[in-house]
Amino acid sequence: MRQVLLVAPILIPLAGASLTALLWSRPAAQRAVGLASAIALFVATLALLAQVIAGGMVVGQMGNWPAPFGITLVVDHLSAAMLAITGLMGLAVAVYAMGPGARERDRAGFPPLFHALLMGVAGAFSTGDLFNLYVWFEVMLIASFGLLVLDRTREQLDGGLRYVMLNLVGTTFFLLAVGLIYGLTGTLSLADLARVAPGVENQGALAATAVLLLVSFGAKAAVFPLFNWLPASYHTASMPVAAIFAALLTKVGVYAIIRVFTLVFAHDHALFGPILAGIAIATMVVGVLGAAAHYDVRRILSFHIISQIGYMLIGVALMTPLAIAGSVLYIVHHIVVKANLFLVAGAMRQVGGSFALARMGGLWVSAPLLGILFLIPALSLAGIPPLSGFWGKFVVIRAGLEAEAWLLAFVALAVGVLTLYSMIKIWNEAFWKAAPQAAPRAEWTRAERIATFAPIVALCGVTLAIGLWTEPFAAFSLAAADALLDREGYIAAVLGPNAVRLAEAAP
Amino acid sequence: MEILLAAAIGVLVAAAAYLLLARDLPRALLGFVLLGTAANLSIFAAGRIGTMVPPLVDQGERALAADAANPLPQALVLTAIVIGFGLAAFTLVLIRSAHDAFGTASADEMDEAERPDETPGPAAVAPAAASPSHRREAA
Repeated sequence: MRQVLLVAPILIPLAGASLTALLWSRPAAQRAVGLASAIALFVATLALLAQVIAGGMVVGQMGNWPAPFGITLVVDHLSAAMLAITGLMGLAVAVYAMGPGARERDRAGFPPLFHALLMGVAGAFSTGDLFNLYVWFEVMLIASFGLLVLDRTREQLDGGLRYVMLNLVGTTFFLLAVGLIYGLTGTLSLADLARVAPGVENQGALAATAVLLLVSFGAKAAVFPLFNWLPASYHTASMPVAAIFAALLTKVGVYAIIRVFTLVFAHDHALFGPILAGIAIATMVVGVLGAAAHYDVRRILSFHIISQIGYMLIGVALMTPLAIAGSVLYIVHHIVVKANLFLVAGAMRQVGGSFALARMGGLWVSAPLLGILFLIPALSLAGIPPLSGFWGKFVVIRAGLEAEAWLLAFVALAVGVLTLYSMIKIWNEAFWKAAPQAAPRAEWTRAERIATFAPIVALCGVTLAIGLWTEPFAAFSLAAADALLDREGYIAAVLGPNAVRLAEAAP
Repeated sequence: MEILLAAAIGVLVAAAAYLLLARDLPRALLGFVLLGTAANLSIFAAGRIGTMVPPLVDQGERALAADAANPLPQALVLTAIVIGFGLAAFTLVLIRSAHDAFGTASADEMDEAERPDETPGPAAVAPAAASPSHRREAA
């Protein structure tokens, strides 16, 4: 049963992508199958999460080849949490995508690409092998390329080219690093790498490959100074696409950084800790300043993704149990909140007629419910208690103070204030000020309205639940941090008690 | 042999870096293809090279001969070539669509995605300190 659950998050979206592609000529059936696939994925990931909480790490060897040789799938606490949140986001965005503009999106190929993207993300979260991680990155990338240029407008083609070019170079760096690591260690299984890495003779070369990995994962996660592709492209995508990108794509990069630097390069923390701390600080500051300078809802939100990535890196920069727990809690909270803000932005566009703050106004009068649904994720993003963002920031900053990383903790606090500034800017312009011109009456059917607001309300509920009922989430994050720091446990779980020694097989 | 491969990889990476800096998008794409080739060669060089013994397990044996070629890098490189080809093909189509839409393939002349925002009234031109009352007047 555990083995079936382990592969389900990959197989379900694979089936979803294939079936929705086959049902191209029957839109109603295509839509039903897509929704069913998203629901099945969410249920399967929740079941897998329950398995991991109850019985610890789930490991599977595909085709029964023993660990360092075969394809390994490993789901520990962090992976299970990321998979469950992927399932939740997949379902929320699949429902939201049935809102206004659904027919054009479906004709342009949204459903198969969307499920292929979910498959790539789920694969990246559950693989235990560096080369497979590269392959899942590529699955995710090629699907995201197609999704980004779905409408084929001039704006999207330009943004898409910027996105594609930088990501192509980033993943090629990843491939280069894979080759060099294989040359140095003779293995690509993450568990085996973790076992072998501290004993590698040429530590300088190994650190160089770690930097290559950091560059490629950093480009994916949009950290300073590799973030330029994100604000150049995300705001051009259609709203469901931007929401799922904002929720998952950068977080896969963050996940890869956390996984590799807590498992394989943990012995080099004296070198990489300060580097990651510097990157985290610069990312937080640059992102939030970029957001402060913009007056388009989508671009403000895009820059905030970058800023928040910095918080998630604090855990792996400090490498204390509390800091890593804070990062895990922060990632979970952030994915829900950020995707929800993009969904709300889409609804604001539908009601207010524009994304540009200059053209919006008076939404608080015309759509007070939307105002409340905006305020919950917006204040949570800024870290106002008792919403989920407060606890994420609280744990991360407290970990910074305990580790005596004063600058890191101070910057994290200050950036929170600037985040609040951006959110208040959107509130003042879009909701509070008088409408500059009469917005065109939004024409949408009852079904479209439900499809738009149901996921927003549900995600607001999740944000409130994490904020008001934090205890289980915090306990889970601490367990995830313990599991991440227990390298011996990971190695033993994957390789088994009598690990096949690869030393003689090294090239 | 290894020195020759290393030199080839170095030349490929240098050429790729030069091409990737081009404003002309097809040239940049060629740079990506060269960079991918360099990465594939480096995987190939990371496995053992120089042996001519095929990686086949002899009848009755349970393991490869000690000096057999390493089959893993070839599998990895094959996968990477396929993926790289797919990405390059997609990017080529994307560049073509962009060329149709913009009438040029130069990145410099495509500025649709990052236009300046419409700012809400003159107050927004001033730095962040602009007071809310200002804005309301402007609106």
